[in-house]
Parts: sequence; C-alpha cells; structure tokens
Amino acid sequence: MNHGTALLWKRRALSSLSATRRGLPKEKMTENGMMSRAKVLTIDTINPTVKKVEYAVRGPIVQRAVELERELSQGMKKPFAEVIKANIGDAHAMGQQPITFFRQVLALCSYPELLSDNTFPEDAKSRACRILQSCGGHSMGAYSASQGIDSVREDVARYIERRDGGVPCDPDDIYLTTGASDGIVTMLKLLVCGEGASRTGVMISIPQYPLYSAALAELGAVQINYYLNEEKCWSLDIPELQRALDEARQYCNPRALCIINPGNPTGQVQSRKCIEDVIQFAAKERLFLMADEVYQDNVYADGCQFHSFKKVLFEMGPEYSDTVELASFHSTSKCYMGECGFRGGYMELINMDDEVKAQLTKLVSVRLCPPVPGQALMDLVVNPPQPGEPSYDNFIKERTATLSALAEKAKLTEQVLNTVQGISCNPVQGAMYSFPRITIPEKAVKEATEKGQQPDMFYCMKMLEETGICLVPGSGFGQKDGTYHFRMTILPPSDKLKILLDKVKEFHQKFTQQYS
Amino acid sequence: YFQISLQCAVNGVPCRGKVLTVDNMNPNVKRVEYAVRGPIVQRAVQIEKELREGVKKPFTEVIKANIGDAHAMGQKPITFLRQVLALCSYPELLEDNKFPEDAKKRAQRILGACGGHSIGAYSASQGIECVRQDVARYIEKRDGGIPSNPDNIYLSTGASDAIVTMLKLLVCGEGRDRTGVMISIPQYPLYSAALADLGAVQISYYLDEEKCWSLDVAELRRALNAARQHCNPRVLCIINPGNPTGQVQSRQCIEDVIRFAKEEHLFLMADEVYQDNVYAEGCKFHSFKKVLFEMGPEYSSTVEMASFHSTSKCYMGECGFRGGYMEVINMDPEVKTQLTKLVSVRLCPPVPGQALLDLVVNPPQPDEPSYITFMKERTAVLSALAEKARLTEQTFNAVPGITCNPVQGAMYTFPRITLPEKAIDKAKEEGKVPDMYYCMRLLEEEGICLVPGSGFGQREGTFHFRMTILPPTEKLKVVLQKIRDFHVRFTQEFS
Repeated sequence: MNHGTALLWKRRALSSLSATRRGLPKEKMTENGMMSRAKVLTIDTINPTVKKVEYAVRGPIVQRAVELERELSQGMKKPFAEVIKANIGDAHAMGQQPITFFRQVLALCSYPELLSDNTFPEDAKSRACRILQSCGGHSMGAYSASQGIDSVREDVARYIERRDGGVPCDPDDIYLTTGASDGIVTMLKLLVCGEGASRTGVMISIPQYPLYSAALAELGAVQINYYLNEEKCWSLDIPELQRALDEARQYCNPRALCIINPGNPTGQVQSRKCIEDVIQFAAKERLFLMADEVYQDNVYADGCQFHSFKKVLFEMGPEYSDTVELASFHSTSKCYMGECGFRGGYMELINMDDEVKAQLTKLVSVRLCPPVPGQALMDLVVNPPQPGEPSYDNFIKERTATLSALAEKAKLTEQVLNTVQGISCNPVQGAMYSFPRITIPEKAVKEATEKGQQPDMFYCMKMLEETGICLVPGSGFGQKDGTYHFRMTILPPSDKLKILLDKVKEFHQKFTQQYS
Repeated sequence: YFQISLQCAVNGVPCRGKVLTVDNMNPNVKRVEYAVRGPIVQRAVQIEKELREGVKKPFTEVIKANIGDAHAMGQKPITFLRQVLALCSYPELLEDNKFPEDAKKRAQRILGACGGHSIGAYSASQGIECVRQDVARYIEKRDGGIPSNPDNIYLSTGASDAIVTMLKLLVCGEGRDRTGVMISIPQYPLYSAALADLGAVQISYYLDEEKCWSLDVAELRRALNAARQHCNPRVLCIINPGNPTGQVQSRQCIEDVIRFAKEEHLFLMADEVYQDNVYAEGCKFHSFKKVLFEMGPEYSSTVEMASFHSTSKCYMGECGFRGGYMEVINMDPEVKTQLTKLVSVRLCPPVPGQALLDLVVNPPQPDEPSYITFMKERTAVLSALAEKARLTEQTFNAVPGITCNPVQGAMYTFPRITLPEKAIDKAKEEGKVPDMYYCMRLLEEEGICLVPGSGFGQREGTFHFRMTILPPTEKLKVVLQKIRDFHVRFTQEFS
C-alpha cells in the first residue's frame, strides 16, 4: 500500500470512527440514495433563548400583511385596494414629511461640496460645518468615538439642561446609541446576572413595548410584570408595583424597574406625583430605574405635561438625586422628527458606578460606534434653529404642524372608537398609539381557541383579511387575563385616519354580529 | 436616607453601595476585551487632549494608526456615493443641475423603495428589498454566475452586527456541551469579544507566521480535537483577506477549509470585508461561496455558511455609515425564521447605510456619466493602498529586530518584533504585557498609536503590533521612519 492510500484510509477511518465517538449526527441514506446528515444549526441546536423571543410589532400579523401587499401588487382581487400598516410607529411611512432643516444639514454633511450652494441657508451650513469638524477627516464616513461624537454629546447635555430647568448634565454621562433600543438592550445586558433564585428580575409594565420582553427573553432574565390601571387611564399604581415586586422576590433577584413615559402602547402621560412615587419606590427597593422617554415631545391632552424623570429626581433633593441610579432614553424616531431609519438615539446615565461605567464604555467600543448620520441628526434635534436664525420660522411651522396634527388625530381616534359599542378607548394623552379595549363575543373566543390563536390575534387577522388594516393584537404587548385590545397608530394623515377608523368601527360591528 | 435604609433592612436587601456594581453586573461583560479601542487608545485620546491644552510633548500630533478608519486618515469619499446620499437625504436636490443623471436615478430608485419615499422610514427588518436584490446580483456577478437568492441576504449594521447575530444563534449547551467556536490566532478581536459576551468557548487555531500567515488544516485538526474534550465545537470562523495579518488565502486553502468544515460538521463563517483589498502579485480574492459551489453539490448543498461584507473597508471606507450584509447558505429554514424574528426586534439597520451598500453593489457602469470619475477615484484609493502596503513591508523588513510578512491584502501590517529580555522584565515589573509596554512607550515618545499583538493573539513568547497602512503616503513614510528609529532606540536602551 502506498503512502497516499494509507493516509486516505487513515483519514476515512478516523473520520467515521471519531464521528460516532464525537457524537456527530450519523450519516443516513435518504430515499434517493444520497448520504445526508442533519444540519449543524437546527431548531433543536439553536440558542434556546432566541426561540423564546417574540416581537409582535413585526410579528405574524405583519408578515401576513406583507404577503397581502404582494398579492395585491400581483393583481389579486381583495376587498380593499391597499394594506394600511397601522402596526408600527413609523411616521414617514405614513406620509409625515421630514423637517426641512434637518435634511438640508444631512445633505450638506453627506456631500460637503454643497456648502458652496446658495440654495442652503446659512444656519444649516454652519451646523453642518460644526458636525463635520468633529468627524475624523471631516467626514461622516469616519468612525466616531464609541460613546458618540464629543460635540454632539455636549449638545445633548445642554439640551437636557434646558429641558430640565437648569439641572446640570455632564456630557460624559451621555452615550449616543443606534436608536433608543440599542441603549436599552445594552443597559439590560449589564444588569443581568445570577442563577436560579438569584437571577436578575426586571420589572416591566403590562402592557409594554415588546422590545423589553424580547430583550429579557434573549438575556434569560426574569420578567416581572406590573399592571397599569386601565380604569384609571393606564396610570401606575405603587401598591401594584409592590405586589409584583414582593411576589417576584420569591423566585428571582429584582434589580431594575422599567417605565415608558409617555407610554407605549397605552399613550398615558404620567403625572408628576406618579413619577415621584416611582422614584421613591425605586430608592426604597433598591432598583435601577430605566426611563424610556422617546415620546417626550408627543404630549397632547389638556392638563398633561411631560415630566422628565431626571428633573423630578433632582427636585426631590440629594437624598434621591445623589443615590438613585437612573438611565433615561431618547431617540430620533418619534416626536416631531419621525426619523426612524436613521437609528439615532442616546441614553443619559445618572449615578452610575464609575467602574460599571468603564465596563459600559468598553462594551460599546466592540461595536465601534453608532451610525454617524444618526448622531448628526440627534445633534440637530437637540440643537434646532433658534429665534433669529434664518431657518427658525420654517422649522417651528413644520414642527407645530406635525405635533398639532398628531394631537388632533389622537382626539379623533379616541372619539370615534368610543362611539363603537364594544370598544372603549382611553384618552390618547401622548405617544403615537391608541390601545382600545375590545369586547370579543364568546363564540369568537371559542373559534380562536380552536384555531390555536389568541382571540385578539384572531380578531386582528380577520380585520386584516377583510379590510386590509394591519393592527397589532393586545396579546403582543400584554394585558390583564380575559381582556383584549389592539394597538393602532394614529399616524395616517387625518382624512385617511378617518376612513380607517370608520372601517374599524364597521368591522367591529360586523364581527360582533357574526359571532353573536 | 434613614427611611430607605430601614426599609432595606426589612427587605433583606443590601443597603450600602449601588444597585449596579462591578461585583453584581453581568460577568460575561467583564470578560470582554476589545484592544482596537482599548487602553492604549484611551491613553492616545488623553494625550490628544493634553496637546490641545498646550502640554508640551516630543510630538505635535497623535497619529492613530490603531484602527481601520480610512476617512479619519484623510482618504476621500467616493463622489458618486456621497452625491446619491445627499439626494436621498434632501430630495429637493433632484431638481439641482449639479447632480449627474445616474446619481439621480439611483436616488430615486432607493427612495421609491422606502416607506413614504423617505430614508427616515423604518425599512423591512431584513433590509430594503431592492437593495437585497442588488446585493444578490452583485454576488452573482462576482462569483461568475453562481445564483444568489435575495432572501438569503440580511442587511446589517456593519458586518459586526451580522457576525454577532450569527454567533448568538449558534451558542447553546452547558458545560462540556457548550458551543465552541474556532477562530484564528491572530484574529480581529470582535470575535473573542463576542464569544466572551455570549459565554461561548473560544477555540484558537494558529495561523503560520513562517508561511505568510497561511492556514494549515493539520493545525485546524489539532485545535479541534483538543477542544472536543471540553466543549462542543460547531463553528469555524475565517477572515479572508486577513485581519490583522493581511494574508490572502489561496484557493487550495479555501477548498481545504470547506472540506474540513464538512468533515467535522462545522458552520462556516467567512468574514470577507476586505474582498477588494488585495495588493500582492499572485494573490487573488476567492469568495468562499464561489469555491464552495465549484466543489460540487456534495459540498454546495450541504455546507452551512455565512459570508459577511461591509461598507467600511475596500475603496469606500465608509465606516461611520455602518453598512453591511451577510449571505446565508444552506441555512435550515426553521433557523432562518428564527433569525428573521431576531433581527426584527431591532427593527432595521440604518437606512443611509443600506442606501450606501446599494451603491457599492451597484456602482456606475461604463455607459453612465459618473463612471469615469468613479473608476478614477476607486483606482486611486486601491493603488495608493497597494503602494503603502509594499512600502510598509519594505521599511519594516529593513529594521533589525522587526520582521514583516508581505501585506498581501486588507489594511494592516502585523510585524513581529524582537524585544530584549530586559525590556520584557521591565514590562513585567510594570504589570504590562511586553508588547503593550513597547507600544505605550512608542505612543508616549512619538505620538504614534498602534495596537499590541497581544490584543489579537499570537504564539506564546512572540510579540507583534498592528499598524494600519492608511495614513497618506508622505505621512506614512514619516511614521515608518519614526517607528524604525524608536525600535532601534528601544533595543539599545534594553541591551
């Protein structure tokens, strides 16, 4: 036997021998005589926590909606001419126009040759120059510092100070992020540790924005649900927080409390008193507070006002402001900008341990930096045109138009839905959604259960197939047992929204009739 | 405070100290290291601050040759790409005569694919459909016609995002069944960082420095067999062209790796972000996918693979846009569903980065107005890099105590440095790894920031540093000379 053959035999022998010994899946002969083996990566060998992740906002109902859109574009006949995606807080997709000033600056930053173009106002040019100067090689194409461009973080700090009536903000506590989601996930990652009964527990509101439940599932953290009070306009109740916490202490180590204000999906704007109570609770129970404030400019209802957690914290005096650990999150995706696609955001950290901060800084460095266009955009959001600047009037006009349109649509939505028997809708005090409660007839609940579907998913799927309107069932956000809801955005243009609301009303009546 | 502490006592909750400390934070995060932006870079940034404040130094500027950031080092963006991005950002410019027709057309196509015709809308989580189609066509062109299904393309926030996502999917098991992932030593430390974060087992296989950092299947086998005793190896990662080592693997090598992955039932991850950065004569980029398919159905219909690309490198250097994609091959459909679900939680990759990627895979064609300038700019960037690669190798190899393998591709040199015994002792005294000590001295004395080889991994007892070849040629010459002088001085000092 020659050397080559010997080697070949040896390799084959080793290969098949050690395959079994190594516990590799055995080769099997398939029907067509081909040797096949199970894949390396299968549903059984995938990361188990990934399987537990759900994200309803882009879940099964949206996949069906996309399929329907495809069918429509292929000429298939449907009871509707278009699919209306009222499932996601995407303002531009629903026709909202970008703020002119922002896009001018971004164009200038992308292609600085335009700085010599007369069609651009001076204030846009000077913002662009400032941003570019802070970029490596004066280009948005350079990586920035991992914590974000220095001058942008300084501008964010000044914005926060102005917003909070002068409460100081250190730019070093600001981390720019890839949307607020990125910052939220990073913070949760830092917080999660322990095993079994000492595994980190994180308190989240029910209903909640399902990024939170998804992140907790992925991290293998324990989700601790506290229920918002639907009867009281989705307000937060300290005894309920206490109940949830005390119960959770039996099987996990609760360490964080998340709150979304203004709320998603519920749209409530918490009172100042409520925010104080939450801070006190967090201090007493030693919880890290995570305040998701991405809708801070989206406040519509009379008597409601956005109170930043940080501001309230500091107004409660050093006993709290020196001790309570808080992260607050903001984004370029909502408010009046609606610039979701840019993935701009930041978080401010208050009273974070220095060593933990060093770990955080190290962690974010692995991903190099957040997208620079998003950082530039954030800079403009926190540093918009000022009175006296050429772009000011137009800017305010556009901003006001967007926010007042949203306020009007919030009111309209609440009004129309409340005229429907079997739908009751809390005031949309803020944010971009309505989360009405729907009564689903017993027969429908039964049919849904038989189909293996959540009743409100069953309801929403039917609505989608019959009207082309895509909403997200309340089960995707969480709700009290035995109650059903859906989340609908208030983003379509007013006249389209009116039609939408009428169709929802019509569908609900038909559905109730059908299953009576 | 009394109230709070009383309550804490009642609850049995520790009262002193913060809620979140180094002792009760996620332990995996503590294990993460990322040398490319690690301690030496933090010191460099500090020194820059000191310089700005007027502190006197032996140098007037800090040269950050630690990171593959071309624009930061003066490389110019490609005009066409930036024109289209400007048009997408502010579509009013579509009326502007200054912009060429082909740029306008591209912008309109991209905007037409965006919600509300705005790059401010979220895109589909897998990425804008027409961009994925363009990526698939690019791959087909690149790979001589081998079909690419747009549905196997996932746009991502830089290649790093997709790499981490894939690793996340792959990691499972406990103890001896914990997933093991093979990575090259030296490697780009995103991999080691991600594995630490995920609590996966890192399986190191050594590239062969004597043979120009080539990959040796025997070494793969050694590493794998050793690893099988304490974990469940499931993945093999390879970076080609290599980072930090710059080698461009031969076609034979790529075939061998594919064969090995099949035999040993490993998921292959091919990091190909430097695919346009090939300089050395006789070297050529061979895409893993192309080789896989040319090996016939026995391989092409079975080997599970993900390949990664980015807008950050090559001739574009658009790091800040965080554009990238991965192509998955032979992925189980149920797993793919899970992947699609996972990426939906983060909504979508940055749309400007997606737009940029579209232009990268769909650049000006010979009959289009922007073609000539585009080719001129692209060629200039790539030939400058090739020249700087050669210059770097030559200069370093002329220094006693520095040996530099040819920089066949990518953007870095990873020369081996001889450190005198006394220097190693001094480093130990200061509690520093020897090549970190060396690089810190270089930084303090010359203002040049490199990354020590220990940040990438190297054979025990050897020392290296990684330097980018990105500074403009004239500046690079000066940097090389300063390093040469420093090395001589350093060797002298510790002789």
